[in-house]
Amino acid sequence: MDKADCPSQNKTKDFSTLRNRKICASKAQQSSFSLVSKHKNVQPAEMLKDGTQLPSPPGHEPRNKTLLILVVVLSFSTRFYKLAEPPHVCWDETHFGKMGSYYINRTFFFDVHPPLGKMLIGFAGFMTGYDGTFPFIKPGDKYEEHNYLGMRGFCAALGSCLPIFAYLIVLELSQAQSAALITASLLIFDTGCITISQYILLDPILMFFIMAAVLSMIKFNQQRYRPFTAPWWMWLVLCGANLSGAVGVKFVGLFIIVLVGLNTISDLWVLLGDLNLSLVDLLKHFLARVAGLILLPLFLYVTIFAVHFVVLNKSGPGDGFFSSAFQSRLIGNNLHNVSMPESESRTPVLVRHGDIIRLEHKETTRNLHAHRQEAPLTKKHFQVTGYGINGTGDSNDLWRVEVCGGQRGDLVKVLRSKVRFLHKATGCVLYSSGKTLPKWGWEQVEVTCSPYLKESPSSQWNIEDHFHPELPNISLSVLKPNFLEILLESHIVMIKGNSGLKPKDNEMNSKPWHWPINYQGLRFSGVNETEYRVYLLGNPVVWWINLASLGLYVIMVAVASIAIKRGLPLNQSRLEHSRLLKRGGGLLLLGWLLHYLPFHAMGRVLYYHHYFPAMLFSSMLTGVTLDIVLKNSDLLLHSIYSDRLKVGGWLLLQLSILYSFYLFHPLSYGMTGPLAHEPGSAMAGLKWMDSWDF
Amino acid sequence: MLQLPLVVTVQVDLVLVLISSLAFLTRLSCLSYPNAVVFDEVYYGQFVSLYMKRIFFIDDSGPPLGHIILALGAYLGGFDGNFVWNRIGAEYPMGMNVWSLRLLPALCGALCVPLGYLLALELKFSHVSALGAAVLLLLENSLIVQSRFLLLESVLIFFVLLALLSYLRFQNSTSSSWSRYGWLLLCGVSCAAAVGVKYMGLVSYLLLLGVASVDTWNVIGDRAASHLSVCVQCFCRFMCLLVVPALLYIFWFYIHLSVLNHSGPHDQLMSSAFQASLKGGLSRITKGQPLEVAFGSQVTLRSSASHPVPCWLHSHKANYPVRYENGRGSSHQQQVTCYPFKDVNNWWIIKDPNRQDLVVDTPPKPVHHGDVIQLVHGMTSRFLNSHDVAAPMSPHAQEVSGYIDFNVSMPAQNLWRVDITNREAKSEVWKTIVSDVRLVHVNTSAVLKLSGVSLPEWGFRQLEVVAEKAFKVHSSSLGWTVEEHRYGTSQEQKDREVELHSPTHIDVDRKISFWAKFVELQWKMLTLKQEESEHKYSSSPVEWITMKTNIAYWLHTSTNAQIHLIGNLVSWGVAHLSMLAYQLLAVIYLLRRRRGFKDISDGAWEQFVRLGCVCVGSWLVNFVPFLLMEKTIFLYHYLPALCYLHLLTPTLLEHVHTHLLSSPTHRRLLHVCVIGVLLYVFLCFWTFCPLTYGTPELSASQLQRLKWRDSWDILYRRQ
Repeated sequence: MDKADCPSQNKTKDFSTLRNRKICASKAQQSSFSLVSKHKNVQPAEMLKDGTQLPSPPGHEPRNKTLLILVVVLSFSTRFYKLAEPPHVCWDETHFGKMGSYYINRTFFFDVHPPLGKMLIGFAGFMTGYDGTFPFIKPGDKYEEHNYLGMRGFCAALGSCLPIFAYLIVLELSQAQSAALITASLLIFDTGCITISQYILLDPILMFFIMAAVLSMIKFNQQRYRPFTAPWWMWLVLCGANLSGAVGVKFVGLFIIVLVGLNTISDLWVLLGDLNLSLVDLLKHFLARVAGLILLPLFLYVTIFAVHFVVLNKSGPGDGFFSSAFQSRLIGNNLHNVSMPESESRTPVLVRHGDIIRLEHKETTRNLHAHRQEAPLTKKHFQVTGYGINGTGDSNDLWRVEVCGGQRGDLVKVLRSKVRFLHKATGCVLYSSGKTLPKWGWEQVEVTCSPYLKESPSSQWNIEDHFHPELPNISLSVLKPNFLEILLESHIVMIKGNSGLKPKDNEMNSKPWHWPINYQGLRFSGVNETEYRVYLLGNPVVWWINLASLGLYVIMVAVASIAIKRGLPLNQSRLEHSRLLKRGGGLLLLGWLLHYLPFHAMGRVLYYHHYFPAMLFSSMLTGVTLDIVLKNSDLLLHSIYSDRLKVGGWLLLQLSILYSFYLFHPLSYGMTGPLAHEPGSAMAGLKWMDSWDF
Repeated sequence: MLQLPLVVTVQVDLVLVLISSLAFLTRLSCLSYPNAVVFDEVYYGQFVSLYMKRIFFIDDSGPPLGHIILALGAYLGGFDGNFVWNRIGAEYPMGMNVWSLRLLPALCGALCVPLGYLLALELKFSHVSALGAAVLLLLENSLIVQSRFLLLESVLIFFVLLALLSYLRFQNSTSSSWSRYGWLLLCGVSCAAAVGVKYMGLVSYLLLLGVASVDTWNVIGDRAASHLSVCVQCFCRFMCLLVVPALLYIFWFYIHLSVLNHSGPHDQLMSSAFQASLKGGLSRITKGQPLEVAFGSQVTLRSSASHPVPCWLHSHKANYPVRYENGRGSSHQQQVTCYPFKDVNNWWIIKDPNRQDLVVDTPPKPVHHGDVIQLVHGMTSRFLNSHDVAAPMSPHAQEVSGYIDFNVSMPAQNLWRVDITNREAKSEVWKTIVSDVRLVHVNTSAVLKLSGVSLPEWGFRQLEVVAEKAFKVHSSSLGWTVEEHRYGTSQEQKDREVELHSPTHIDVDRKISFWAKFVELQWKMLTLKQEESEHKYSSSPVEWITMKTNIAYWLHTSTNAQIHLIGNLVSWGVAHLSMLAYQLLAVIYLLRRRRGFKDISDGAWEQFVRLGCVCVGSWLVNFVPFLLMEKTIFLYHYLPALCYLHLLTPTLLEHVHTHLLSSPTHRRLLHVCVIGVLLYVFLCFWTFCPLTYGTPELSASQLQRLKWRDSWDILYRRQ
């Protein structure tokens, strides 16, 4: 046992530091599970129709490998072009690059996101020769001789996979290369997708896992007529693994879990209605999905955290966010391997539940005091002050100790007991309101005495440091939490941190309605004309096509549904198209909704880049929708002209995407010189909305 | 020819009559006891008083119909609004007609009981079930307590149940006669009323819309009907369920705004234009001001942001400190702030940069959008100035000052361009009250902005004003309106000071359209943020299911007589059990039907599903939103959801009785159980009656015995 940590001998008084035990567990329940399944209730009649049609998946067009290669090449080249520019820290690289370095240095830190993304960044850096020494202090810092390209390249590689995955997903859903190509070019030539893929950020990693999960889910769906074969298992397991990857990067990954979950439920529902399957078969199906989509992801997710805690074993900037018990396992933390007096001996009088005590502040020798005066911020509570000096004071200095969940006479234990302090004179309870005092209080958190006695974490305290000469010390290693406790605690801290990200006053806060209309971008680098500027903004042509297609999609589905419901005569291909719209399009629309709507209900600060996962779904939906629009152009025109219209429309679409990319490419690949609204700018005339500032 | 004999056949459902009269008895007897302010009456009462005096107010807790209904009762009883609603338990004065104040909510509460009866019948269950539902609603202590005072829950429940009932009537009437559209219209009206009473009504309305759209979808699928008739049917539903409620909702606001036409305590939250439309208050000051702002005008500029407080652009004879506490330097020029009170230092004079004098020409030369002006502070004659110096509290923005030349090579930058944001024409004239103006600093193109931060002691805790380059954000903190305005006539500073102290005059009248007022009021109501408040009796939604917390509504000033919001614990428990049972049963049915086992006939299944949509669905939509809310919420918020569970209990039992129990012994056992439970429900009701009606007074030991749950807070007076 370390002698240096033993209490100094001349002190006879017993003193302790108190730590508020507030844990915002209630917020944890807010995530959005209250979604309505859109896919339920597939009519048995429809089922039969499918069953007769689909035993061999219809291949309308032969798969063209060259197109796929074209998509791959374009995708990688757009993402890797000018990857090294600018050679300084851009935007959130300052966080995620720093956290990557922490992994390399094995320093413990705290972040509101789960660790996988940063771990991968750190790993990529490590593999490519980055040594973790660059401090990433603020955006704009030059990288100098540090090797940052590996980390950027890793993110860009994952970002390059997005258009490819989107191409494959749409191809799989619609079986039409024209539709898949629309989607691919929308994403390849979207300046926003390029920009967000080129830097050390979590978003490309997150979106990679999301898209991979969707792709494997759809591949898995296609395997439904060959259950329990090797490919079936492979796609199931891949889907599960990608789910854990997505949620391991950011909690936004939960939305894709919901999407896959809903899809699986509808899948099982269809199987349940298949009376040819025996109950045993059904059980097998069910258990396979439980294993592949619940147990496997859960296991991987926990493994990620296990790796996280094993790698990060040195004390660092994240310690203070965690409980005292947690800190005791970090090398270099002052709670590491220390010992404290524990109340097992009989000689001194031990504090018990129900005892009346006075708390004296060690430095100033004032007593903890409360009186019937309103607290500075929480007006309904009483004020808590330091009163008296050197042991003098009055009756308002008396507090009754209560162990939470304890009975009269229970001992108050270090770290392990949650205690409450009830003020004897007024009956109120010592409370941490969580509000920050103004400058005069050094922006510390307000402590009040609350007259509302309801049990709440805000009124619970625990004793963290404890020194007493006459009590034998026990080692804190007995308190070391086990892995599950650590896991739970780190989640509580993350969720609390996430909901605590409230918008600052002078920060531009982005509203969810801004996003689909591409209202406002984000500055990645540079402000004024002399600097190298990168501005995260979607290619407006692409985004507005997406927006229009969403509206078009809803109208088309409504018209098609009513036409079918009213029994209008429709030919085979139209029926096929409307089924594709409802099934494939519905899935994509649901994905878009799931990745967009929940942001409206979030209290935390929001940014433009939160929309990008939803944008991927929206672009895939656009591919499906516009392709069907073009294919049904014979509704308007005679078939001779409509074929030309089909080809012409498709080409026009591609050309306009390409041309708009040519116009807006400086947004991603960097601009210098005057700003867009000034004369002589390279971007002159392209500031189509006043709210864009590049 | 008159046909004889003349016969009138009347069918009276005696059970319904009996149950209704019992409902009236329980809800309406001794309504004026206690003759004191009970719980939230203290809150709603003040709005009733304001209604009686026709004084404008904003209540962000809900749309105005609820207040209108409460005020109607007060009006009929001759209440004059002269009562200070300051604390719970305050005695009402002798002449006050408490009975009429509480009458309308009590009537609504009483009518809920027969509505529950009829609703069960419309769900195609038997009269026995309907009677059961009505009895459960009748003997629910919490519903009784909530109906008997000046509160809104019972009104909300009444309208929601009425909407459901009339919709089901419409849907169930097979005749294609037009009379059934009367029911649909009634449904639309009561939906509008429900939403108009409390926003919570919206969830029930949405649920009803959901049910209606499924039914409409089936109508569309009816291939026997012609296209035209389908279109007509859809159109009728659209009108009755969407257009009529929307129009009525706006109509409630119309009543609200036309009744409340006097200025009052919440004026400050509204825009100047809105305030000017109210009698008294601002309109008294602004009445007769010149409309067009001209060069030489003397004006006060009010910030368009009412956050954190409404305030006016202000300056005074005090400079920014040379160094701030954190060591940053300032320009040491005169402070410019935003001040939340009327003050002579709020006056500014609009000056033409090309001329020296500060008077208005004849004819006046109005200021247009895009004109460059200077602003001179009336009392100190300093020019409004901004420069590249960090503002005191928001260092990312520019400081705004009254310019003083210290000869330190800091030239005056006092030109501002007028940018009228709500202009209709290209070069519109700047108008008093109407125009929302941004002042754009010509040298730096920063915009004058209220940052909303309070200055420290040296700035007298007034609000900071800065200039910020934020032309792309639309924020009300950038806008300013001219509120008080007069054409300046005095050339000399002395005369001008006298002029500034004198009130404004001259005559013009200004009107703002109802639509603009409605939009502004609705927006303010939705965005007004009340400070988060704790309450001793607040509870979390999960606690409602077990009724963990009660609410003490009233305690007699000297005795132990008291009123609590405590539900009937027995029926409460039974209700939640039946909800669980329904869900369990539904899952089993669904899975088994999917596998091809039809346990019940299709008709019975349809009835079962509809029951679930109405009862369990309504319970869900009325309960789940509270789980996501961060507001302070109370047990009474649960009452609408609870009503549906009371409807569910007997109907579910009937379903079990007819479809699941086949042997007579089982059925007889069920009868016995039901009778036993009903007796127990009645017993529980009877036991808690003293706490429901506040009479008779109980002794401390009797009260102790009523404390069925440890977490309940029942008050005893120490004798």
